[in-house]
Amino acid sequence: MSNALDVTDETFAAEVLGSDKTILVDFWAEWCGPCRAVSPILDQIAAEHSDKITVVKLNVDDNPQTAAKYQITSIPAMKVYRGGEVVKTVIGAKPKGALESDLAEFLA
Amino acid sequence: MRQVIIIGSGPAGYTAAIYAARASLSPLLIASSVEAGGELMKTTEVENFPGFPDGIMGPQLMMNMQAQAEKFGTEVVLDDVVSVDLTGDVKTVTLGNGDVHEALTVIYATGSAYRKLGLDDETRLSGYGVSWCATCDGFFFRQKTVAVVGGGDSAMEEATFLTKFADKVYVIHRSDRLRASKIMQDRAQANPKIEFLFNKTVDRIYGDELVSGVSLRDTVDGTETTLDLSGLFIAIGNDPRVHLVHGQLDLTDEGTIAVEARSSRTSLPGVFAAGDVLDVTYRQAVTAAASGTVAALDVEHYLASLPTHLLQTASA
Repeated sequence: MSNALDVTDETFAAEVLGSDKTILVDFWAEWCGPCRAVSPILDQIAAEHSDKITVVKLNVDDNPQTAAKYQITSIPAMKVYRGGEVVKTVIGAKPKGALESDLAEFLA
Repeated sequence: MRQVIIIGSGPAGYTAAIYAARASLSPLLIASSVEAGGELMKTTEVENFPGFPDGIMGPQLMMNMQAQAEKFGTEVVLDDVVSVDLTGDVKTVTLGNGDVHEALTVIYATGSAYRKLGLDDETRLSGYGVSWCATCDGFFFRQKTVAVVGGGDSAMEEATFLTKFADKVYVIHRSDRLRASKIMQDRAQANPKIEFLFNKTVDRIYGDELVSGVSLRDTVDGTETTLDLSGLFIAIGNDPRVHLVHGQLDLTDEGTIAVEARSSRTSLPGVFAAGDVLDVTYRQAVTAAASGTVAALDVEHYLASLPTHLLQTASA
């Protein structure tokens, strides 16, 4: 099980958009095999860079409004938010090294 | 050092591992970090794997195979192979985390990767309406219009699955004859939400942030039409994953790893191949599993032929 905080349609504004930190939202679902594969990799990245980035998870089944608002059409979708804005989107499960280089500007 | 390293975790890799482990070869299986379990992880119900009269979910089948391989002593590593050196008596396999593993033999069972259409906007819109996995992404196309490109079993399965969500599913196929098995064709053709567009190829994909449509060219009379869509699912086949062995192993004209007759023996001694990486024709879970068996038996035979001093360097 992931240690990442679950965010919902109700908490998204406060936990993500209103945060003064850099937040990576992992849009996922139970039925998504690649989501299960990438989840532990995101946990590792979060643990290794906890001072730089916070990883939270949004279940698209349970929270359709937020998924629709951000036009999610493929999961896992990982969106990085800063100051309420999406500053980076990564789509699809990738090996750790590839994810780290996609997210390099936020981890340095 | 190992006696055998298996690269790949589809039916070929895991079946090779089950056989090799039962032969006390303590195999190391490199499963990949995010594609562990292979193609079947992206499918739903598998109805043609013998022994499961009520069908089995693809991901469950793969978890069962992994459990069976581990039960007999296979070590499974969830990482990606970044390079291999297959020449010489001792083979080396380097992983994404930097670990280097050595073995007397390697079974190469990396399967195949989705083929792309090769259109300009395909990569840009990938994940924004262009998809290779209906079971992953179909959910997001509730009450939308989508299309599947292709005429094989995968295309029929994707189209049928997508009707759970989408209002309308077009199947775009370049000829007027489907390659899919009759049962899959019949199922798709009986579905009122599915409409077949035969003799059509996709020329362009439209969309700024998300896919909005495609232009189609008729392969018979050359006329062009546009189709408004929210999603385009591509199922036009697969290409063997051989990029790590280019220049080391002989390949066939079809791009598969060349093997000797019905064996798994590649052009290098001690290197064996199994599954879709050597088969573009059958590509079934069962044929891949059988191919994994062949590779494991070939490994046993090869190891038995090695001089004792080499064998002693491999830990059990």
